[in-house]
Amino acid sequence: MKGKNTFTFFRNLGFLTLKKKSPISMILAILSGFIVASMIPLMSKFIKGKGSILIPFLPLALFIYFLTFLPQVSQGNPIDFFYSWVPSFGVDLSFRLDGLSLLFTLLITGIGTLVFFYTYSYLKGHVYLDRFYGYLSMFMASMLGLVLSDNIMTLFIFWELTSISSFFLIGFNNEDPKSRKSAMLALSITGLGGLFLLAAVILLGYVGGTYSIQELLSQSELLKASANYNWIIFLLFIAAFTKSAQFPFHFWLPGAMKAPTPVSTYLHSATMVKAGIYLLARFTPVLGGTAEWNTTLIIVGAITMVYAAIHSLFRLDMKGILAYSTISALGILVFLIGLGTEEALLAAGVFILVHALYKATLFLITGIVDHETGSRDVTVLSGLRKVMMPVAVAAFLAALSNAGAPPFFGFVGKDLIYEATLHFGDWAYVLTGAAIVTNICLLFAGLLAGYKPFAGPLPKQFEKVHLPHPTMWVPPLILAGLGLVFGIFPSLIEKSLIQPVFTSLVNNDTIIHLKLWHGFNLVLGLSALTLATGVLLYWKLKPSNNLLRKTFKFEILSPKTLTEQFGNLFSNFAKLWTGFFQNGYLRNYVITILGFLTLLLAFRLYQGVNIYIDTATLTDVTIYEAIVVIIMAASIIFTVFSKSRLVAVASLGVIGYAICLIFLFYSAPDLAMTQFSIDTLTVILFVLVIYNLPKYKSFSKKRVRIRDGILSIFFGTLIALLTLEVLSEPLNRETSKYYAENAYILAKGKNVVNVILVDFRGFDTIVEITVLVIAAIGVFSLLKLRLKSIEKE
Amino acid sequence: MKTIIFKTASTYLLPLLILFSVFILLRGHYLPGGGFVGGLIASIAFIIHSFANGLEKTKTIIKFHPGFLMPIGLAIALLSGAAPLLIGQSLMTGLWFDEPIAVIGMVGSALFFDTGVYLVVIGVTLTIIFTITETI
Repeated sequence: MKGKNTFTFFRNLGFLTLKKKSPISMILAILSGFIVASMIPLMSKFIKGKGSILIPFLPLALFIYFLTFLPQVSQGNPIDFFYSWVPSFGVDLSFRLDGLSLLFTLLITGIGTLVFFYTYSYLKGHVYLDRFYGYLSMFMASMLGLVLSDNIMTLFIFWELTSISSFFLIGFNNEDPKSRKSAMLALSITGLGGLFLLAAVILLGYVGGTYSIQELLSQSELLKASANYNWIIFLLFIAAFTKSAQFPFHFWLPGAMKAPTPVSTYLHSATMVKAGIYLLARFTPVLGGTAEWNTTLIIVGAITMVYAAIHSLFRLDMKGILAYSTISALGILVFLIGLGTEEALLAAGVFILVHALYKATLFLITGIVDHETGSRDVTVLSGLRKVMMPVAVAAFLAALSNAGAPPFFGFVGKDLIYEATLHFGDWAYVLTGAAIVTNICLLFAGLLAGYKPFAGPLPKQFEKVHLPHPTMWVPPLILAGLGLVFGIFPSLIEKSLIQPVFTSLVNNDTIIHLKLWHGFNLVLGLSALTLATGVLLYWKLKPSNNLLRKTFKFEILSPKTLTEQFGNLFSNFAKLWTGFFQNGYLRNYVITILGFLTLLLAFRLYQGVNIYIDTATLTDVTIYEAIVVIIMAASIIFTVFSKSRLVAVASLGVIGYAICLIFLFYSAPDLAMTQFSIDTLTVILFVLVIYNLPKYKSFSKKRVRIRDGILSIFFGTLIALLTLEVLSEPLNRETSKYYAENAYILAKGKNVVNVILVDFRGFDTIVEITVLVIAAIGVFSLLKLRLKSIEKE
Repeated sequence: MKTIIFKTASTYLLPLLILFSVFILLRGHYLPGGGFVGGLIASIAFIIHSFANGLEKTKTIIKFHPGFLMPIGLAIALLSGAAPLLIGQSLMTGLWFDEPIAVIGMVGSALFFDTGVYLVVIGVTLTIIFTITETI
């Protein structure tokens, strides 16, 4: 009876949301994280004090909001929200809530809620608690946007935002250089992937003619047949592999564990690292099913899952163990998507949830252990069940679900994986073998992190350890409990959650059945074998420092070392390059610019010039013009050979005035006036600066002067040639004619130059005067601020 | 440079040049001139004065920091551009009074815009030159 009531309750809620399906509520829900994040700095004192308990209610509210869509989505009706954002680029804020998106939104907001509450105690009283909540909210919003976007351009933007918020969170302990380095490494790798994603998005849009995933779905055949298909999947794969830490890009994830534990839980195991998986899953119906797609994913996924699983055997730090087992789990997901059969995709959908539940629990527990005992070393920790029973229960439940022991949800997940690999044609035995090896190692890792710290005798140093605040130990208990409940009653989520996920992955109407018990068959046998071997391995292999040190020998060949070496090489090269071109000497910049321009112009002229001077149309040289030219030539000689700076500057001024006269002769009085004032001011400025400089005997060496002279002569000659060439081109006077004819009619002015400035091109003028103001402020602050610092000394 | 002739001349030149700059500004729409040149001429007037009498004297004449002219000028230019929006026309449409005003002549939004430019140019030039003079 009660169950029925809840059902009607949800259906009513669903009905409510059906009625007001406006995009505003969805956009607001997605952006709420950004809004809160931007408001937090304004109330930082309040957030750090009494207000800190309020923030976790944001993800909670969002969780409930998304839960209301469950009834409608589980009936197989995805919900679309559309809002045109930048129509000229085809970038829309269009969101689509289908099974896959819903699973992710519920994970993001659900685990988000628990992590936010957990943070409340974990970082209580931390100086930067407000910032932390801000980054976390920003991340949550970006991640929601990522999984809900139907437009791949907005998907890309949110993708980048998750990388950026992850950077802030990994580097949260910003006083620690290791933390900063890890953050940089993670940003470089995921940022690199972001660039590849952008290229993939543009190529997809170019080939498919749309940025909407829904519309691309109908273009699937066209995309697969396109010559760019291999490029698209290559770019997409790099993006997904960097984000989801696949070999050989996996190494940023263990480094990312420098972040506080809530971050590791939330970003680096449950949600963000699954963004790559999401991307692959989302594009499976669009691009999947080809040999290139499947083979690449199977190979990369298999290598990653086995490599990382074996790596996790040797770790001693609980976080390190979990990091490598997370990489391995992500490998399994890529592997399953690569298999691409319906069974495999179902297994992937289930495993996303299974993994999120147990891995988040284990991370939260690691955080508690670290917080209370100050250590994460599995060789030191033991017997903690005696002082923190609820934590031990949660850890043990999670370890069992991870191990795939019945009746846990992990058992359901692992069965599906084995079924998928066993039914995969010729390679079935190899693939199943790889899956078994991975699962054995993962089981070992799970026991190491979830069982070992709590088993055995309690050492003296931990006797005073006590249970933390409930907001810390309740979240892992809830997650671990769900792993058990979903395992015993898979029907709870079979129709409502997993079926829609499956439908959006395979894009047809097959009905699925989740079962805990399949009867005695090969799959059960394999499960039993995995369990037995894993437990045996746990009793036999004791992790120790010696064992860990043995793996160091291989470090030199690891992708991490190679990448770091490449990074150092690149940064050294950049230093040399920048040091050469940007050395701070004004004369070098001028030489570089002029030299480059000269080369460019010379190349252009080399290709052929068309200079033609029609002597018949030239007017006679008047005496005034001749005098002005003589004055100019004389001033140039004065400027170049003068021994005094002031004389040189004054001569330059004379050249400027001579140019004014030429403007005047050729009827451009406006230009002449402006040039005249500007020249005056320039000379004044020069004098002001130069007046106080010490007097040199000679300005520069002869060699330098000859070099500068040659460059100047070349540059001047080329410019002169260019001007002549421009003159020989037929002039297009349409624009100037329009201005001249309409200056009075449209703008009531007779001075065309001025009308252009204040009316026709008034917008340009506004921008120009703004630039002038910025320059003035720049000069002012540069000089005045420097003055102040000198005064201090 | 503080010779008596220069000093005496500068005291007379200052008002004359400023008057001239306003004249240049106002005639700009019909004859050579405009806000930009006008602003430069006005700045030169103040700079000549400061050369002859010292920066401190010039500052006491201006009374406030010339930098304040920059936001004022920008605001005038922007507002005159945005004014047509109020009567439902598009941005930067030229608006004109029907009858000419004595001495100034036809007055329209373009004149206000040019006045904005004029003030910005004075503000920018004087700020840069005064700052450099003070610092070096």
